[in-house]
Amino acid sequence: MAILVIAEHDNASLQPATLNAVSAAVKIGGDIHVLVAGSGCGAAAEAAAKVAGVAKVKVADAAHYADQTAENIAALVIANAAGYSHVIAPATTGGKNFMPRVAALLDVAQISDIVGVESADTFVRPIYAGNVLATVQSADAVKVITVRTTAFEAAAEGGSAAVETVAAAADSGQTKLVGRELTKSARPELTAAKIIVSGGRGVGNSENYHALLEPLADKLGAALGASRAAVDAGFVPNDYQVGQTGKIVAPQLYVAVGISGAIQHLAGMKDSKVIVAINKDPEAPIFQVADYGLVADLFEVVPQLTAAL
Amino acid sequence: MKVLVPVKRVVDYNVKVRVKSDGTGVDIANVKMSMNPFDEIAIEEAVRLKEAGTATEVIAVSAGLAGCQETLRTAMAIGADRGILIETDAELQPLAVAKLLKALVDKEQPKLVVLGKQAIDDDANQTGQMLAALLGWPQATFASKVMIAGDKATVTREVDGGLETLEMSLPAIITTDLRLNEPRYATLPNIMKAKKKPLDTVTPDALGVDVAPRLKTLKVAEPAKRQAGVKVADVADLIAKLKNEAKVI
Repeated sequence: MAILVIAEHDNASLQPATLNAVSAAVKIGGDIHVLVAGSGCGAAAEAAAKVAGVAKVKVADAAHYADQTAENIAALVIANAAGYSHVIAPATTGGKNFMPRVAALLDVAQISDIVGVESADTFVRPIYAGNVLATVQSADAVKVITVRTTAFEAAAEGGSAAVETVAAAADSGQTKLVGRELTKSARPELTAAKIIVSGGRGVGNSENYHALLEPLADKLGAALGASRAAVDAGFVPNDYQVGQTGKIVAPQLYVAVGISGAIQHLAGMKDSKVIVAINKDPEAPIFQVADYGLVADLFEVVPQLTAAL
Repeated sequence: MKVLVPVKRVVDYNVKVRVKSDGTGVDIANVKMSMNPFDEIAIEEAVRLKEAGTATEVIAVSAGLAGCQETLRTAMAIGADRGILIETDAELQPLAVAKLLKALVDKEQPKLVVLGKQAIDDDANQTGQMLAALLGWPQATFASKVMIAGDKATVTREVDGGLETLEMSLPAIITTDLRLNEPRYATLPNIMKAKKKPLDTVTPDALGVDVAPRLKTLKVAEPAKRQAGVKVADVADLIAKLKNEAKVI
């Protein structure tokens, strides 16, 4: 049995999500190969070769993989899928974008966002915003799987896999990237952060969000997150959103400030190790999942907290 | 230009579902059903394209039990021109739905299919991408802004690092994210008008599609409940607990 893991990377390095996907592959068991598709992605391929548990790295280096368009990545995966029992990618916006294309072209189901491996054909995945866990068994010859990264430890370094070049597939030319506005931040990446400070509607506006939460995040070395309400209201960009349809996070410490705790938000953070909630409404649902709740006016206590740390 | 918008009938987003006591599934008898919120955004976007003169006809499609007619009427109350129900009592998984939609696309020849990015019941996030693959069309998933000019679509997408904008030729598939638009409320006169709009029914058999599920659900369970913790008195108490008890700072 051999497993093909599709790497997420920025050409220069592997994104940590790839390491979680490799761990899921290790749980399934078998020879693990990693496919790195990119443009000038030699360094990412070398990094993949050093991941413990990886037996082989396949690299397709071509200009038309620079933008990771779903059409081109899916075609490449299909061209390299023969002989694999499982094709795996992290359930990032990248993996979510191209993997269903792969599954449909192979005429198999996709098993989305798995949080557990029961056996080579049986997996656990959350449904209904994580309020229910379903154990599903696939009858297909190839299992196409996306992995919820927070549910699997990152694979360690320590491998020395062979790196092999594979031919690029034809450029579909169907989509063209015309612009990218990536949020620039010196803070840790949200899904990889050990501590997250997250703000909700209660913060009031964008100025307050930045004035109150940034100093706190700076003191804690934390990433910044937000509820859907805060993103919809324009306090922060979309990539801050934690929740059912945003980012799924599981840090050591999650500090929820002015977040009421709708089930859609809880779906994105309830696997955090320690949850702190600061909210002036003692009835807010966030307190039902918080390890430490502080019922108080956030405008008073957040500066106090920042000053005291 | 015709626009096709698939809509799914799901348990309302405000309902907290319960697992059946025998663990075979989720109890959805007698709970409020609604249109999947992302699909509402898809319908709204298509209707706006029609109002802007870009689209000529908006067709809503739903697959499932007869109750999906209600979802189609809601889509028509928002502004879809007609509805198609693919009626079946079979369990439908995303690949099967993508195949059913492909059969309808082959028949109706829309230039654009707008879908919700995921359904809030199975949280699969697959159907749009699968349909794009089966049709060999370009896709723009997780859209937060859509511009159609002539034969080109320019779509801004919400991705992990921020936003990216793709350009593609039609026909194409677009899946909606939360901030693409804010769907209008259907007004009473529009709800009444929607009752008179055409609603056709077809079956998977008539479309020549095998909808047999590929995944078997062995069991469902509720995840371990997180215990509510304690309320702290003040900031000093909180910091002491985080340092000494939880040891996370």
